[in-house]
Amino acid sequence: MAAYNFRTPLREEDVRTLRVGDIIYLSGIIVTARDAAHRRIVEYLRAGKPLPVDLKGGAIYHCGPVVVRRGDAWKVLSAGPTTSTRLELYEPEVIEKTGLRLIVGKGGMGPKTAEACSKYGAIYAVYTGGAAVLAAQAVREVVGVEWLDLGIPEALWILEVENFGPLVVTIDTAGRNYIEEVVKKAEEKLKSLKASLSRQ
Amino acid sequence: MADAIERAAVEAIRRAVIYLPPDVKMALIKAYEREENDVARAQLKSILDNIELAEKMARPMCQDTGMITFYVDVGYDFPGARYVRDSLVNSARVATQSVPLRPNSVHPFKNVNTGDNTGRYSPQIHWELVPGDSLKFTVVPRGGGSEYPTALHMVPPGRGLDVLREVVLESVLRAGAMPCPPTIVGVGVGGSVETAVFIAKKAAALRKVGTLNEDPELAVLERELTEAINELGIGVMGLGGKTTVLAVHIDYAHRHPATYPVAVVFQCWAARRATAIVEPGGDFQILQ
Ligand code: SF4
Repeated sequence: MAAYNFRTPLREEDVRTLRVGDIIYLSGIIVTARDAAHRRIVEYLRAGKPLPVDLKGGAIYHCGPVVVRRGDAWKVLSAGPTTSTRLELYEPEVIEKTGLRLIVGKGGMGPKTAEACSKYGAIYAVYTGGAAVLAAQAVREVVGVEWLDLGIPEALWILEVENFGPLVVTIDTAGRNYIEEVVKKAEEKLKSLKASLSRQ
Repeated sequence: MADAIERAAVEAIRRAVIYLPPDVKMALIKAYEREENDVARAQLKSILDNIELAEKMARPMCQDTGMITFYVDVGYDFPGARYVRDSLVNSARVATQSVPLRPNSVHPFKNVNTGDNTGRYSPQIHWELVPGDSLKFTVVPRGGGSEYPTALHMVPPGRGLDVLREVVLESVLRAGAMPCPPTIVGVGVGGSVETAVFIAKKAAALRKVGTLNEDPELAVLERELTEAINELGIGVMGLGGKTTVLAVHIDYAHRHPATYPVAVVFQCWAARRATAIVEPGGDFQILQ
């Protein structure tokens, strides 16, 4: 386990050195995307349409932020992660077709994403669920917003962040999926607990 | 009077989403002190920092400000009884703008968000008539991550108590990292199905963390279950360690001889609640 500071754009060879349990603090650009945005990203990719934001070497954040308008500028009030498993449906294709290097969310992702991560050189990391005000502190500036027609939480918010973290790597390029391993171990433990419960 | 009730409710919502009740905060601090796993400790530290920052900046601690539920006790002789429903519904609308809250009320067939946290059965209001001339209500905003893994099991009545432990442990395992552990697990045993879920949810969301069950046998069972769950090692945010739950709270209701419902409800660490007491003259106070 080690801690790293990273700045976007991320390079494949750097991402490939990371292992589950490593901690990252991210600076640079991160783009929020939830369900509706992912659905549209995949639509665009399949239709060969250019995305409004280049994700090559980039980072996506599973997050529906609370954002307010102050004069001409947008301000992010809270920006905690949303549950990532719902995006398992889209993420492998997004990784494959965009050159995305980092996905941030909560709760972990499934085997398809893990496979795409090791194949194309990307990692998945979690940020503390619910720590929304803390997360917003790391946002220096709202650089832009796309697809506002999807609504504020669902739009693509292009955020400049400084030392956003700690982000814990739970899917690496070596094929490990840490949260899945934790759950598997818990399953084993439950089996042995059950055996002792039934003896009581 | 309508105005006083509405103001009390808006203030209760505001307080609930910004300030975590002291009992929950204390439980999180204790968990942080006990935890030995470094990754889990760092997560708990972020949670505690976040709570402090939310208080300091007067901002909702989590971006998911939840579905709003009111648990209302109306005194038989409370003079404003007729205004309570409309005032509570209005308060959700007003608080959505003023706090602000995330709009979380969506039509299930049309998928349209009303934008103001109101709608059919929304906000939820649960009524109780009680002696006295005042009005008391507790507001609980619950996030989607907490609500999603709710489990209701109809277990064979002959094996009820034997399988209860297993059912709870399995539900916690299935919930995994979804409800942002550490959680408070509410278990509702017996009754009809809706009663089981209702008392489980009240046990999870309303009972103060650190309080003992009034029934000494259930207090023991709660402690055993807490220990067993924490042995599973799911940990804070599913990252391992010994802090999966802060507490297990059990409640029960008499059941039909042929059924044995067991409901398991999760309350994430952001266990938000605030209680308003409105006097017959319209004065109110908010307690957490
Ligand atoms: S489960 Fe609770 S802490 Fe986690 S995102 Fe939802 S409301 Fe926030």
